[in-house]
Amino acid sequence: MTEHHHPLPVERKLLTPGTWVLLILTAIGACFAAWRFAFGLSTVTNLDQQHPWGLWIAFDVASGVALAAGGFTTAALAHIFHREHYHAIVRPALLTAMLGYTFVGIGLMADLGRYYNIWHPAWPTMWSPNSVLFEVGMCVMCYLTVLYLEFAPIVCERFLDDTRWPKLSAAAGRVHSAVRHIMPLLVIAGVVLSCLHQSSLGNLMVIAPTKTHPLWWTPILSWLFLLSAIAVGFPMVIFEGLYAAWALKLKPEMEVFSALAKYIPFILGLYLAFKLGDMFVRESYVYLFDGSVQSIMFIIEMVFGVILPFAMLLSARVRNSPRLLFIAALLVVLGVVLNRINVFLVAFTPLYPVKSYFPAIGEIAVTIGLVSLLMFLYRVIVTYLPVITHPGKVRAA
Amino acid sequence: MKQTRRDFLRIAGTAAAASVVGPQAAHAAHEHTPSANAMGVLVDTLKCIGCRRCEYACQNGAGFNPPPVDTFADTSVMAKPRRPHPRSYTVINRYQNPKGRDGFIYNKFNCLHCIDPSCVSACIVSAFSKREDGPVEYNPRRCMGCRYCMVACPFEIPAYEYDNALTPRVRKCNMCAHLVPGELEAPACVRICPEEVLTYGKRSELIELAHQKIREAPDVYIDHVYGEHEAGGTSWLYLASVPFDQIGFHNVPDKAPPRLTEAIQHGVFKHFMPPVMWFGLLGTAMWLSRPAPEGPTKDTLSHHEIEE
Repeated sequence: MTEHHHPLPVERKLLTPGTWVLLILTAIGACFAAWRFAFGLSTVTNLDQQHPWGLWIAFDVASGVALAAGGFTTAALAHIFHREHYHAIVRPALLTAMLGYTFVGIGLMADLGRYYNIWHPAWPTMWSPNSVLFEVGMCVMCYLTVLYLEFAPIVCERFLDDTRWPKLSAAAGRVHSAVRHIMPLLVIAGVVLSCLHQSSLGNLMVIAPTKTHPLWWTPILSWLFLLSAIAVGFPMVIFEGLYAAWALKLKPEMEVFSALAKYIPFILGLYLAFKLGDMFVRESYVYLFDGSVQSIMFIIEMVFGVILPFAMLLSARVRNSPRLLFIAALLVVLGVVLNRINVFLVAFTPLYPVKSYFPAIGEIAVTIGLVSLLMFLYRVIVTYLPVITHPGKVRAA
Repeated sequence: MKQTRRDFLRIAGTAAAASVVGPQAAHAAHEHTPSANAMGVLVDTLKCIGCRRCEYACQNGAGFNPPPVDTFADTSVMAKPRRPHPRSYTVINRYQNPKGRDGFIYNKFNCLHCIDPSCVSACIVSAFSKREDGPVEYNPRRCMGCRYCMVACPFEIPAYEYDNALTPRVRKCNMCAHLVPGELEAPACVRICPEEVLTYGKRSELIELAHQKIREAPDVYIDHVYGEHEAGGTSWLYLASVPFDQIGFHNVPDKAPPRLTEAIQHGVFKHFMPPVMWFGLLGTAMWLSRPAPEGPTKDTLSHHEIEE
């Protein structure tokens, strides 16, 4: 880049037909959520004694955590390895991570039977260091704190030069400079905490070897979760960057995205190698073509979610074309979502099955509502806070 | 943030004390063994006549006000295998005898009270606890309702009160530990059984008794005490005339599932060193790859100030 662009609020109308759709979907989801809180899980979900975890855990929580990985991967690239070229994407990725983890918490509240006890894991007398879920919970709580701190300067900048409220402006300046001083520590802590809980999320199902289909159950499931989380980080940033540029009618930062896309085949290839290596070591390939739902889902996950985008992104033509790059990045994103759904739902085989689980309308509505609200808040925040760097607009010095 | 990190160090200290280097070394070193006074129940499925009085006693002992005991003689509910549920922590199921001569075999299903329970290891808030004398107990006041215990249980026992909007609980047998707080007596189902199917006693003695029964009638019993080794061993033990997978039990590996997950977890947090080293490594990378001080123009500097 010859000249330096700075993140600026996007001056676009907030309430468009598109955002109205988001708000309506949110309202529908909120109705089902209200029903769940008033009358219990059994009235809204298809969960039963054989299927304790459903869509809300597999998608809202597990996929949500994975897709927020763009936050720590881009922070590592730009701030730890000092690839200054990528500064433009750090803030959008940070915003996605912050909103993503916040919504993981909200989604979890809907799923927890005693949601008002959600603070219990943090209470010292209830600490359970043997519990894999405890490790996930503590790291997510700490990381959410880190994300809010990392995001604080962006909020402060909005008020830095505001002459209308001099006191607020001064306070914003103090917070901005305080957080800036500890920013390197926050960035590293964010990466460490992310690596810990992204991997532990995979370790969750390791305790149920007889209930998890052998195509997915492996003692190295935590490594596979960590690698796939790192692999989906950049594709998620590219996907949402291109999508936001299209939705907000901005020129996409293709030179940044194309360069970023060069990293993806390496990480995705490593993940693929681990997946295949694990399959051959455990000889789980015997289940690959048995025609079961699990075998078909595994093949879809691997072919369309890993192998195809891996092959696509090796080509410079794909990486330089906004449309093809968008498709390839979306495939990786959907592939990782499918992997999380497969591990937590498709692979889960009850010992005493009564009926199979498929999410109820209410579960799907709440999930769609959460995603819509997240997208709407993203839109609100980029409208009012300096998050997106757009080429062609240089900040007045 | 600082506080949390320090707290984490403290947990890691206690955790690491009970930890091991790798998964292989792990389970050998930390296999849970039952304490000498651990109690248990031996179920001789050959004696069970399917009267379901134990179901009545269980519901009665749990305070569910069950219908009169005679109504439990109704065997039509056994047409399909049932599972323990929030209103009955034990159920009797009926299976066709594959040997053909005696009609039916009955089997009793309830929490087996593992020696190294997966629910205890899985629970994020320590709502489950394993008592020295056998029972695995559940404390609803701690529970936040994540249902990871239900995912983890290798016997698929815990049941959930999905229809309770405000205070749902995980429900399962507690070996009637609530009836006489502090000490364990024979559970209600054992006391009501008219056919002496159930024997309450020290687990070690019950295992001897079970093997003695097999030795005395090797053509009647199969040579397998279910629960002696399954999932690291359970407090409830079963004898049968046919392989257990024909009467509703699954082949559960001998190794207790938490030995693997805890070994992985405590390996990652060993003395809290791996996370600290990872932090240090990233910090070093950050320092080494920092931009040269004389390089950047005025413009990049101001850019930095905004970003960092």
